[in-house]
Amino acid sequence: MTKITSLTELKKLRDSLKEKMESYSLLDHPDSIIQVKVAMATCGQASGARPVFDYFKEELEKRNIPAMVTQTGCMSYCYAEPTIEVTIPGKNPVVFGFVNTRKADEIIERYIRKGELPDGVIPVNYETVISQ
Amino acid sequence: MKQKQLRIALRNCGVIDPERIEDYIAKDGYLALGKVLTELTPEATIEIIKKSGLRGRGGGGFPTGLKWEITRKVHGDQKYVVCNADEGDPGAFMDRSVLEGDPHSVLEAMAINGYCTGASKGLVYIRAEYPLAIERLKIAMKQAREYGFLGDQILGTGFCFDIEIRYGAGAFVCGEETALIHSMEGLRGEPTVKPPFPSESGYLGKPSNVNNVETYANIPVIINKGADWFASIGSAKSKGTKVFALAGKINNVGLVEVPMGTTLREVIYEIGGGIRDGKAFKAAQTGGPSGGCLTVKHLDIPIDYDNLIAAGSMMGSGGMIVMDEDDCMVAIAKFYLEFTVEESCGKCSPCRIGNKRLFEILEKITQGNGILEDLDKLKNLGKVIIDTSLCGLGQSSPNPVLSTLDNFYDEYIDHVTYKKCKSKVCKSLMTYIIDEEKCIGCTLCARNCPVNAISGERKQAHYIDPEKCIKCGACMEKCKFNAIFIN
Amino acid sequence: MELIKLTIDGKPVEAEKDTTILKAAKTVGIDIPTLCYFQLKDMNIENRPGGCRICVVEVKGRRNLAPACTTLVSGGMEVNTHSIRVLNARRTVLELILSDHPAECLTCAKSGSCELQSMAQQLGVREIPYQGEQSTYRKDTSPAIIRDVDKCIMCRRCEMMCNEVQTVGALSAVNRGFMAVVAPAFEMNLEKSTCTYCGQCVSVCPTGALTEVDHTRNVINALADPAKTVVVQTAPAVRAALGEEFGLEPGTLVTGKMVAALRRLGFDYVFDTDFAADLTIMEEGTELLDRLTRYLEGDPSVQLPILTSCCPGWVNFFEHHFPELRDIPSTAKSPQQMFGPIAKEYFAKKLGIDRKNMIVVSIMPCLAKKYECQRDEFKVSGDPDVNYSISTRELAAFIKLANIDFDAMPEEEFDKPMGESTGASVIFGTTGGVIEAACRTAYELYTHKKLAKVDFNELRGFESIRHATIDFNGLLLNIGIAHGLGNARKLLEDIKEGKSQFHAIEIMACPGGCIGGGGQPYHHGDSAILKKRASALYREDAGKPIRKSHENPFIISLYKEFLGAPGSDRSHHLLHTKYFDRSASVFVEE
Repeated sequence: MTKITSLTELKKLRDSLKEKMESYSLLDHPDSIIQVKVAMATCGQASGARPVFDYFKEELEKRNIPAMVTQTGCMSYCYAEPTIEVTIPGKNPVVFGFVNTRKADEIIERYIRKGELPDGVIPVNYETVISQ
Repeated sequence: MKQKQLRIALRNCGVIDPERIEDYIAKDGYLALGKVLTELTPEATIEIIKKSGLRGRGGGGFPTGLKWEITRKVHGDQKYVVCNADEGDPGAFMDRSVLEGDPHSVLEAMAINGYCTGASKGLVYIRAEYPLAIERLKIAMKQAREYGFLGDQILGTGFCFDIEIRYGAGAFVCGEETALIHSMEGLRGEPTVKPPFPSESGYLGKPSNVNNVETYANIPVIINKGADWFASIGSAKSKGTKVFALAGKINNVGLVEVPMGTTLREVIYEIGGGIRDGKAFKAAQTGGPSGGCLTVKHLDIPIDYDNLIAAGSMMGSGGMIVMDEDDCMVAIAKFYLEFTVEESCGKCSPCRIGNKRLFEILEKITQGNGILEDLDKLKNLGKVIIDTSLCGLGQSSPNPVLSTLDNFYDEYIDHVTYKKCKSKVCKSLMTYIIDEEKCIGCTLCARNCPVNAISGERKQAHYIDPEKCIKCGACMEKCKFNAIFIN
Repeated sequence: MELIKLTIDGKPVEAEKDTTILKAAKTVGIDIPTLCYFQLKDMNIENRPGGCRICVVEVKGRRNLAPACTTLVSGGMEVNTHSIRVLNARRTVLELILSDHPAECLTCAKSGSCELQSMAQQLGVREIPYQGEQSTYRKDTSPAIIRDVDKCIMCRRCEMMCNEVQTVGALSAVNRGFMAVVAPAFEMNLEKSTCTYCGQCVSVCPTGALTEVDHTRNVINALADPAKTVVVQTAPAVRAALGEEFGLEPGTLVTGKMVAALRRLGFDYVFDTDFAADLTIMEEGTELLDRLTRYLEGDPSVQLPILTSCCPGWVNFFEHHFPELRDIPSTAKSPQQMFGPIAKEYFAKKLGIDRKNMIVVSIMPCLAKKYECQRDEFKVSGDPDVNYSISTRELAAFIKLANIDFDAMPEEEFDKPMGESTGASVIFGTTGGVIEAACRTAYELYTHKKLAKVDFNELRGFESIRHATIDFNGLLLNIGIAHGLGNARKLLEDIKEGKSQFHAIEIMACPGGCIGGGGQPYHHGDSAILKKRASALYREDAGKPIRKSHENPFIISLYKEFLGAPGSDRSHHLLHTKYFDRSASVFVEE
């Protein structure tokens, strides 16, 4: 790893990372891919996020669905843990609550494959500050 | 529709992978640090924080910029930046969420503080009960060093800064900044009289800037978006947002981040989804065990530092526990007192002994042995403890008692004069009775009673001996004819 | 310096910056009650944890009440020390403290000298409205000190003394909240800790939580036994303080009355530890000169500085904390322990009685002496050279118990031969005294010249660490003096690092020396009392016809008759000791 030694260098890195990240969710971009984020803070893990995370990783590969499964922090819906967020390129992210492996299977089969929204969708109820 | 929640401190939580610094950088991470190091003087940076109106999110609400300025101005060959991650309020976990979901934002802010105050060392005081937060913090620190955001000659400038972790053993009082510092020094975790404040004489007697996790998490955004933007959010004297850990009898238990000045009604009904099972809202405890309860009459007060104090409670670190009609407020006050009795360090007499006596009186009342004079004792004792205790713990521990006395005096009278607990929480004040009309003498209750308190012939109405009954409720649960009720 | 102007109870006050409200109030005659606060002004000792909250006052514009002992004055401050709010709070806090304190005043050792008791009287507490559970803890009895932690009010004075002043580190707060107590590490018993029994914790404890182990009953039993010959010795510092217990002005010398009272109590022989102190000077002075001479001759096996060894608290301290330096202190026993074998091996034989039928009692300003006389190396076939050591306070209580009107006692003389002493031995009781006494003798023995001036004023005073250079006829001797173990530690660290420039060092465990010992009447933080005691001893010294130990005629005849010469084999056998490494003896009980 090379150290960042100036603000300009940092901005350049930021721009390239941002572009790459955004490209995932563009429908017609070659890098676009389905993204699954699993909330894996202590609370999420305590309510079973780890097996859900593993399930998505293994099952999406088994079922030949190109996807990126990542961990993230708390999504703040404690009452609905484990929670996950699925982004299909070109669509708004959708958050699901009370996800276990059975639910995960349903999400893969119904939402990711067919685009149907199963139960358990948590509506977004916040705005996030955009840094700049 | 404009959302009620605005995420500033939690902006990256649940969004980025906390173990990948690249995710953070993509979200403008470390840009604020780069900006202050290359474009701003420490004074100008402090000026931004001051102008933003940010106040300490750990509970006290002290103006953050002013604290930074004081630490900067105090002379010291070595200064320290301390992050208070000793989150100890029951039911509060916003700091843990930030550290587990977005650790870099805290590291970045600490480095900015180091630049502003002239400190080259940072210390995160975190409770050992937060292993995942510690792990992610360690990963973040390693990555930040690799990228050159921590260490020597940060971002090609002459600024050097690094961070170490110090572990707390989970004492609530160690969230008090002087106690926290003593604990970091390896001494007994107990507070000392202020002044001197840590900004003047802190860790190892050196000037130390102590801020809480959530406070730090706001800093990079303020630098990036400007003081005016931040100051435009919130109420007149409380700027920005506050994260609350919404818990208790509410549908959507979870973290919420709302602009200062949002009302309790909005938080509970619009964000929290209302009270569970459609029951009636009774009270919300804010500020943890040091706070007081807000009631129906406070539902439309804009929540900020000053309004909460005026309402007999406090912001605290942001715990918000919602109670419904089934909660007994005397029992709630007792619950919080039990916590403070457990967590008092024992240094000053009013907190060490006074809280114990408060608890004992409450226990007496919930056991049905209270007398009216006890209520006067609670009031006087509570006021004296607040008036005379050494640190914030004792100065606020009677709040749950005093505010329930203020707002739910009737419930105390019920317990003391009529020996009744309407919420049916205080066991000693309950009697289980069998309705002779409804009882068919099936004997199921008698067979399930663990203490053989129920007698009666088969096919005849049964009877519960109140002397023997331990009020476990097993009989009522088993009865198929709803023949058993509580008086 | 710029003065800060404020008002206290309406009175205008001017105070220097960094003055506390408590001290500023005192300057205009306002005495704010305190409990945990403690100060020994001239010794730089102060305890102000701000814990008891008795001294709270109202400061205009401040949200809560302010502890006067820790709150600093500021310009324009308006302080009210007796508003209704203050009085109610102060009284409630005291009621709380009392609600967690056993009401055992009738039988408590501290009754009458208890600061909590006085405070309850001062604030007029007649009932305790906040009754409830009392915190309890096991009672811990060591050879010298009893801890009855149920009576502890967490003032932390003992902790301050033990850690900051004495740097012994035996006591500190453990546990939390209502269960918080002051205890040795891991809650072990004091006996298993690094405690030196200096007793300074006892001398500052406001209540009966820390007291001495009382041996008066054993003494009474011995006196009542016709088969026993009971001999008593009294330490120098006792005569300068005992009178305080009978309402006499501090600094009143009560030597003669004390002797008379001891006779009335039934002791068969009333002797003076001062006699043994003269003996100590002979042995220690000789050792010093011997080591010095060999050192000057270049003998590499000789260690300097030589350290005094007459203070048992200090001996315990270096055995625990600096065992690697245990070859440096003089091997001479303390005066108490020199007295014992002379009484039992010499005087008893002269009387023709078996040593087992002689009981030696010592009256000491000290609690460590209780432990010292129980040490195995000071016993012959299980029979201790000194049977019981009781403190100045215990003697006063004994005299009161026996219904003796102390003030009406005539002035009587000590018995002969072991009651004869010189001025040199009297000043053993104050810091700097031992080394001054040693210098008086060593000078004359070394130079074979008569001292022009007996008083070594350069060695006197109360500064914590002092040094002086004494001219031994061309040989410049560097003398160091430390009182208080924390100060001793500094000098020892220097020795360890090879930085010490001293030839001889006097060390006393207690601040002020024995006059401030853990067994003395309680001074309640009044350091003027210590100074008066010290000057009383210098007065007695000045009034003595003989002021140099080697001129004591009974010492001279003791050597001639029994011991031979200082440092002789018999002297070594009876009057010298050895030290042990106790650093590893601290352990936690399973």
